[in-house]
Amino acid sequence: MLLANLPALQVVIPLVSAPVCLLLRNPRHAWAWSTLVSWLVLAMALLLVQRVSVDGTISYAIGAWATPWGIEYRIDMAGALMILIIATIGAVVMPYAWRSIQHELHKKHTGLFYTCYLLCLTGLLGIVVTGDAFNLFVFLEISSLSSYVLISLGSTRRALTAAYQYLVMGTIGATFILIGIGLLYMMTGTLNMQDISQRLPEVADTRTIRVAFAFVTVGVSIKLALFPLHIWLPNAYTFAPSVVTAFIAATATKVGVYVLLRFFFTVFGIHFSFNSMHVGEILMLLAVAAILVASLVAIFQNNVKRMLAYSSVAQIGYIILGISLATSDGVTASMLHLFNHALIKCALFLAMGCIFLRLGSVELKDMNGLARQMPWTMAAFVAGGLSLVGLPLTAGFISKWYLVSAVLVDGYWPLAVLVLVSSLLALMYIWRVVEAAYFHVPGAAMHRVREAPASMLVPTWLLIGANLYVGINASLITTIARQGANALIGQATP
Amino acid sequence: MTVLTCVALPLLAPALITALHRWPNPREAVTLLTSAGLFLLVTSLLGNVLNGARPAINLAEPLPGLKIGFEVEPLGMLFALLASFLWMVTSVYSIGYMRSHREWRQTSYYSYFAVALGSVMGIAFAGNLFTLFIFYELLTLSTYPLVTHAGDDAAREGGRIYLGYLLGTSVVLLLLALVWTWSLTGTLDFRAGGILEDVVTPATASILLVLFIFGIGKAAVMPFHLWLPSAMVAPTPVSALLHAVAVVKAGVFTVLKVAIYIFGIDFLATVPATQWLMYVAAATILLAALVALRQDNLKLRLAWSTISQLSYIVLCTLLVTPLGIVGSTLHIVMHAFAKITLFFCAGAILITTHKTRISEMDGIGRRMPWTMAAFTVGALSMIGVPPTGGFISKWYILLGAIDAQQMFAVGIIIVSTLLNAAYFLPIVYAAFFRPPKFNPEYGHAAAHAEAPFAVLLAITVTALGTVVLFFFPDLPLDLALQLGGGSK
Repeated sequence: MLLANLPALQVVIPLVSAPVCLLLRNPRHAWAWSTLVSWLVLAMALLLVQRVSVDGTISYAIGAWATPWGIEYRIDMAGALMILIIATIGAVVMPYAWRSIQHELHKKHTGLFYTCYLLCLTGLLGIVVTGDAFNLFVFLEISSLSSYVLISLGSTRRALTAAYQYLVMGTIGATFILIGIGLLYMMTGTLNMQDISQRLPEVADTRTIRVAFAFVTVGVSIKLALFPLHIWLPNAYTFAPSVVTAFIAATATKVGVYVLLRFFFTVFGIHFSFNSMHVGEILMLLAVAAILVASLVAIFQNNVKRMLAYSSVAQIGYIILGISLATSDGVTASMLHLFNHALIKCALFLAMGCIFLRLGSVELKDMNGLARQMPWTMAAFVAGGLSLVGLPLTAGFISKWYLVSAVLVDGYWPLAVLVLVSSLLALMYIWRVVEAAYFHVPGAAMHRVREAPASMLVPTWLLIGANLYVGINASLITTIARQGANALIGQATP
Repeated sequence: MTVLTCVALPLLAPALITALHRWPNPREAVTLLTSAGLFLLVTSLLGNVLNGARPAINLAEPLPGLKIGFEVEPLGMLFALLASFLWMVTSVYSIGYMRSHREWRQTSYYSYFAVALGSVMGIAFAGNLFTLFIFYELLTLSTYPLVTHAGDDAAREGGRIYLGYLLGTSVVLLLLALVWTWSLTGTLDFRAGGILEDVVTPATASILLVLFIFGIGKAAVMPFHLWLPSAMVAPTPVSALLHAVAVVKAGVFTVLKVAIYIFGIDFLATVPATQWLMYVAAATILLAALVALRQDNLKLRLAWSTISQLSYIVLCTLLVTPLGIVGSTLHIVMHAFAKITLFFCAGAILITTHKTRISEMDGIGRRMPWTMAAFTVGALSMIGVPPTGGFISKWYILLGAIDAQQMFAVGIIIVSTLLNAAYFLPIVYAAFFRPPKFNPEYGHAAAHAEAPFAVLLAITVTALGTVVLFFFPDLPLDLALQLGGGSK
């Protein structure tokens, strides 16, 4: 009984738990409660992944209203992978949050933080689980609205403008998506994604559907920060509280990519998206621009969080590059990098959180000689950084290998060179931090800095460990990614 | 199982070294015991390998078809023997050098040294190109802290160039070659006769070969050679073992492995790019020798000489004859013994007299007769004068070139031999026959005597080794012939 309702519980449990945090007056209780919920969510996610891998795609009718009239929750391997990412990151970040939030947030805001975090978790999970286009929009708004609040909780006043900027951009994106879904509804008379995709071919050759496609693509591209629609991202990541940055960087943009995949492959179908609308060429161009421009910009950043934010824009470029190929290999590489990049970036931002806790700054000039004072944190940063660069035995290497070979199979060897060259750019910006922390003469106040507490180091190192594990034994995750990619593509190809 | 221990032992030693960081003597004992143990372990594999056994072990499979595994074959056996023996000697030297130079961060120095040697073992015994690549990168990363040991601006600058060149070439060119090869053949295993024949067109093979040769930046073929002079900011034992033996030889070793087991000698001979790359290697030999001629800093002159000598091996490999393969394999060993002796001497001069410039070394042989005698032996071997090991390898290289009817290669080798003599013999002459100069900073050059005992011991061993290898070259020759014969 409980097991059968797992798809619904996955979303409902964090949703109903969220208001509880607001009621718990003691911050410690609110933290304990949301940690517990996060772990429960992870346990359910693991069960779901296991069930999907055994039984195949799960379809669940909310309130037993049969599809296409009721809302359908539909989880295939691609969705299962996303649930795994979101739940894992949530479960790892929460134990870390206690000390970090205590330090960065005013006490009266902590309840609000945990509430919004759980709501954001709900929204992200809901987007992935649902098979209904309008329901997807609702969850997208839940996650977006809560993340505006989360970002505005940052310790400086600039967090407010960052959140406002994100709010404006995000709302434009959401509106575009809504318009697109509305047009689709107008033409097909249904909101169930499977149903839309079946009815779409009859009306595919109309201007309305093409406009709908354009609206959805642009709207989602804002959400996932595809270059040049990424301008909200660097500020949001820089000024948000450390925990929020780590959580959102690893999940929110990834879910955006998932929405894009869903619409391209499941709703519109690979043929319409890539052959009629030629979105592949456009995406490839934007991906290349994202990789090059954002990597170059990252090299010149002096705030390390902002540097990592630009690096995220570049990494999203990698993911989009894989999708733009529209092949099984390409989408597999993208799915794989969704997972691996979540591990990498979350670990790096958590390391930044440790530094911010002790140093009160993430400016490069303040980090001179930091490695002597915080050896474990900096070692984690170096390991995560090497994974970002993509050296062997790290997760980053696995996704890079897949991406380069997918690109090569299609004969785009200049792109393969580009991907590899840009990993050198990544090396350059990571190494600026390494040189500052390991070689520069420490400032006068540096001797007072201590190593971060274990409650923050352990989650950081857990993610680093996961990075190394995936680098050595990637068979599980590559299998899931491959199945996910095939689920996406296979559905679309008749 | 022994194979795995060979790789794991030096990789695990740092744990113990770090634990003993307060007690220098036991800490150094760990390094000495590990290196001795490693050498014994490697030697224990030798008998079987000479009899034709190929012990192998597979550890993991990160991606389908890409295994992390080890397999011992003659070339790797020779490289492992060489590196582990010289590590032992260098450890003795290190102790003398680091203590009399009062270097800081000695614990991390010995730790990273051990990790670097573990990576070298991984490279030597790698069962496929993927495993080799992993340890190749690990070697770059683990030697970076050694290069930047001094921790000052010069070290950081040198380290940046070092890392930039080595990671840059390997990530952009070598990795591309790897992924490409893998997507063409579905495997990266080392197989006798290669894996590319019948799969790729000559044009593709040419591009791949170019990617491989330049991608293996550790072989320092021009224009990717500048990292080696930059690496000279490292303490001298690091330059001696890593940048005359382990790292650079890992480069040419990889070139040989790729030539023999990925392309296959017969197929390589039909690849059009082979001839062109030979010209590049020949240009590197001559240009680097000319630059060496103009260096006044002794370590820099040695570094440029190394660049030149490495391209001997690349050139000789690209001759694609069995004799050429024998020549390059032997030259790995012979050059290693000679060059490490020379670096040891440079370090000995540095710690006893604080001199780095050749122009200041007039008459130094009178005060440091042992050191400069060893230097002479090393220099003679570099030129290829009997009775030193360098003669044997140069003999085979010339045989290979004549066998391949590449008279141009013969010419290059003869000219470069003259250049070798031109940049080494003046040092020897000045050291023994010129009167010492008066130096206001140190008083009248009488302030120093011979180098510390540990340093002299190491120098003597490698210098003797250079001579012994002339009279008894059987072991490396046997292994090299197995390799040359096996690839026919």
